Amino acid sequence: MNVLRPVLILAGLITLWQAVVWATGWPPYILPGPAAAASAWIANTELIARHGALTLAEILLGLVAGVAFGGASAVVIAYFRPVRRWLLPVLVISQAIPVFALAPVLVLWLGYGIASKVAMASLIIFFPVAASFYDGLRRTESGWLDLADTMNASRWNTLRQVRIPAALPSLASGLRVAVAVAPIGAVVGEWVGSSAGLGHLMLHANARLQVDLMFAALATLALIALALYFAVDQALRRALPWIPETSFDSERGRS
Amino acid sequence: MGVTGGAPFSVHVRSARVAFGGAPIFDRLDFSLTGGWWTCILGPSGVGKTTLMRLILGLEEPSGEISPVTCSDGAPLAGRAAYMAQQDLLLPWLSVLENVRLGSRLRGAARGREDSEERARALLESVGLATNANDRPATLSGGMRQRVALARTLMEDRPVVLMDEPFSALDAITRVKLQDLAARLLSQRTVLLVTHDPLEALRLGHRVHVMSGIPARFDDALEPEGAIPRSLNDTALLALQGELLSRLTEAAA
Repeated sequence: MNVLRPVLILAGLITLWQAVVWATGWPPYILPGPAAAASAWIANTELIARHGALTLAEILLGLVAGVAFGGASAVVIAYFRPVRRWLLPVLVISQAIPVFALAPVLVLWLGYGIASKVAMASLIIFFPVAASFYDGLRRTESGWLDLADTMNASRWNTLRQVRIPAALPSLASGLRVAVAVAPIGAVVGEWVGSSAGLGHLMLHANARLQVDLMFAALATLALIALALYFAVDQALRRALPWIPETSFDSERGRS
Repeated sequence: MGVTGGAPFSVHVRSARVAFGGAPIFDRLDFSLTGGWWTCILGPSGVGKTTLMRLILGLEEPSGEISPVTCSDGAPLAGRAAYMAQQDLLLPWLSVLENVRLGSRLRGAARGREDSEERARALLESVGLATNANDRPATLSGGMRQRVALARTLMEDRPVVLMDEPFSALDAITRVKLQDLAARLLSQRTVLLVTHDPLEALRLGHRVHVMSGIPARFDDALEPEGAIPRSLNDTALLALQGELLSRLTEAAA
C-alpha cells in the first residue's frame, strides 16, 4: 500500500486535472489537458531534460551553499556571545527584505548565468536553516549541560558533543523546509534574467503560446521538487535514527 | 572498585548563602560530608536540597565572592566530584557503551583508548548490562537506563559522588536492587544522596539529615547503626523510619 499510495495520488491529481479541462471546456491554449502536456513532454524530452538539468543543478548548489552558510552561522551565533548580540538582530532585519525583490539586483551583480540563481536559492534557504538550527542549539536539555560541566568539558566540546547533536532534529526540520522552498528561489532567478533553465523555458513557451510545453515544464519542476523532498526526508530519517517519532494514530490502527 | 587518589577526604560547606530574587533559600548554612561515608538529605520539596547539591558541584553561583565549599585535604573539589541526577541524562544518539564513556569524549581524550573501553565494559558487566553495550538508550527500560547512568558515574572514578534522587523514578523492587548495587559499587567513596524516601536514606546513610525551613536548616543528624546497605527486615530501621517520618511531617508543616 505504501508503494502504491503515491501512484494513486498522482493518478487522482491527473484525473482531477482532466476533469477540470472537461468541466470548463477551456481551449487547449488556455488550459491543456494532461494528454496534451504529456505529448509535448515526449516531443521535447531532450529540450526539457537540458533545461531541467540546469535548474536541478541550481537547486542542489543553492541547497549546499545555503545549508552550509546557514548551519555555520547558527553555530557561530550560538557559540560567540558578542557575535550573537550584533548578528542576531541583523539576521532578523535581513528577513524584512523580500528575497524576491533581490532577484534583479543579484542578476545585475552576478550575471545571467548560474551564479545569480544559486545565490537566490541559497539566500531563500539560509534563514529557515539558520533559524531552526540556532533554536535547537539554544534548547539543549539543561541536565546534559550540568552533566558536561561536572565532567570538566570545555565549551567547545560541550557544543560539539552535546549541543550540536541535540540540535540536529531541529536542523532536520529546517532542511525539510529548505528543500521545499529551494526550487522557488532558482525559478524566480530564472524568470528575472536567464537564457536557460525550466523557468526560462516556461516564460519562453508562454510568449509563443506553447501552453502545452509550459505545462510539461511545470510538471517536470514539480517532479524535481517532490523527488528532492522525499530523497532528503528519507536520508534524514536514516541519518538520525535515534529521533523519537510518535505516531498520531495508535500503532495497531496503522495500515 | 577501589578509589584512585588516596584516602577519602571530607567536604565542608561553611556559612553558605544562596538567594533567588532576594529571598534566601539558605543563609549561613553549615554542612559536612564525612570522608568515605554516605550522607543522606531528606526534606520537603523546594527546601533547597538540590540547590545545596548544585552549590557543592559548582553549578550554582554562591552569593559571596569565594566558594563556601572546602575539602579537608586543602585541594579544591572541582574535578573530583561525580554527579548522578534523577533523570538518567543518557544521550539518545550514543550507544550505551559510548554513554558510559561520555566523560572522556567530553574531555577530548584520545578516542578508542583500550583501557578506557575495557573499564567501561567491566562496569557495564557489574551493573548487569554487558550484553546491552551497543544498544541505544531508547531501547532500555527505566531501571536499565538508570543502571547505565550509575556505570557512567562510576566511570568518572571520582572520590566524591553526589546523587540527586537517583532512584526515585523506579518501581519499588528495582529501586531496592539498585540501592544494593550502588552501595556495593560506591563503598569507600564519599557520597551525598538527596532523596524523598526515608527508608532509602536509612538503608544507605551512615548519617541522615532532615532539611527544613526558610531559610533552610539542618536538624540533628541520625546515625543508624550497621553496615550499608541495611536489611529491609531490620526492626530498628523501621522504628527509625517512624521517627524520620514524623520529623518530615513537622518540617513540611
